[in-house]
Amino acid sequence: MTVEITINGVKAKAEKGESLLEVIRKYGFDVPSLCHHHAVEPCGSCRVCLVSVTDNGRTKLAASCNYKVREGLDITTDSEEIRRNRAMVLELMLAESNAPAIQKLAAEYGVTSSRFETEESKALAAERDGCILCGLCVRVCEEVVEVAALNFKGRGDKRDVGTPYQETPQNCIACGACAYVCPTDCIGFVEENGVRKLKKWNRELPILKDDAGRPVGPQFQLFYFTQKAGLPADFYKKGGGPAR
Amino acid sequence: MDTAKVEAIITKHNGDATALLAIMQDIQAEENYLPRDAVEHVAKKLGIPISRIYSMATFFESFHLEPRGKHICTVCMGTACHVRGAQRLVEQLERDLKVMSGGTSEDGLFTLEEVNCVGACALGPLVIIDGKYHGNTTSAKISKVVTGMQKEEGGK
Ligand code: SF4
Ligand code: SF4
Ligand code: FES
Ligand code: FES
Repeated sequence: MTVEITINGVKAKAEKGESLLEVIRKYGFDVPSLCHHHAVEPCGSCRVCLVSVTDNGRTKLAASCNYKVREGLDITTDSEEIRRNRAMVLELMLAESNAPAIQKLAAEYGVTSSRFETEESKALAAERDGCILCGLCVRVCEEVVEVAALNFKGRGDKRDVGTPYQETPQNCIACGACAYVCPTDCIGFVEENGVRKLKKWNRELPILKDDAGRPVGPQFQLFYFTQKAGLPADFYKKGGGPAR
Repeated sequence: MDTAKVEAIITKHNGDATALLAIMQDIQAEENYLPRDAVEHVAKKLGIPISRIYSMATFFESFHLEPRGKHICTVCMGTACHVRGAQRLVEQLERDLKVMSGGTSEDGLFTLEEVNCVGACALGPLVIIDGKYHGNTTSAKISKVVTGMQKEEGGK
């Protein structure tokens, strides 16, 4: 069902239930986001995408990525109050993450240091290597790649993201989707000497070369593809797949 | 863990993936922890990724992934029990069971754990051994209980 909403005074059309953030962006307005990607279910964990939503005469600040659009919403995406709140969220995040991407976004909101930084938070930041526990890697690996090699571990200040039993995930196909969506670039996706590596998950897979000697992709990944698509086992070896 | 036992637990819950938490609890009730082979079997049977079960098992304090002792000895360290000397109980039990709090004795018989308030503050200080509540206890009383159990185990 199509509904009509207002974004910064502009009339906008959207599908009922759509992600508010997606609609705002479709209409060309800029809202920051860290834990959102259009390919996966929103989860609303980072809170930087907050906007002001007026629904039925009531106004509140809400994370827009997991806010379901409904008829008559009146949205403001930028104001002194919104910026102040995003700045606070980023200041909190900055205490536990040293990722350049977080520093950059925080700086855009005038935050260059964090009042919440302690020795403990610094140690945590170093340990997590910039990761903000947004869970995008977890969702993309489960929902898009359908491998589900990753998930959260523990809770509270011990929460972390990783692989079961913290071992090398034998089902990971080294597709790199997790590294691609990671907002802090902390997974460490590299390809060198014919091996593809995902440093954070400790996964290394050799790259297959086809009969013409051209590198195709990680062997185990191609095996996974041939199985899923019902292709002959030597499909890629024989030069199949997209033109190289 | 015996596969037949895992199977029986899964069947009891009609192989329903939404009953995962209850299945995990039942497995732990059998084994005092979640053996890895059981986790892997459940994952395969219910079509749930191991990563999700591992995540749940580490989220809830009550699940354990490492083997625990045959007997579980839990000392309440909540405020009410603490002010009534729970710390001394822990120390007494550490001496009797020859294990540090949080660990399992070398013979695999006893695991000593702490918990923060079990909601029976009026009975504090409180120690729970294999599900039995020992309220208004003292170092001497609780020592007697566990040394009695040790004798029984040794006499077998
Ligand atoms: S690289 Fe591995 S962990 Fe990352 S999304 Fe692909 S399969 Fe999942
Ligand atoms: S590794 Fe990246 S994508 Fe995964 S939770 Fe951390 S910041 Fe998010
Ligand atoms: S992008 Fe909306 S909460 Fe993270
Ligand atoms: S403090 Fe021990 S039961 Fe509440």
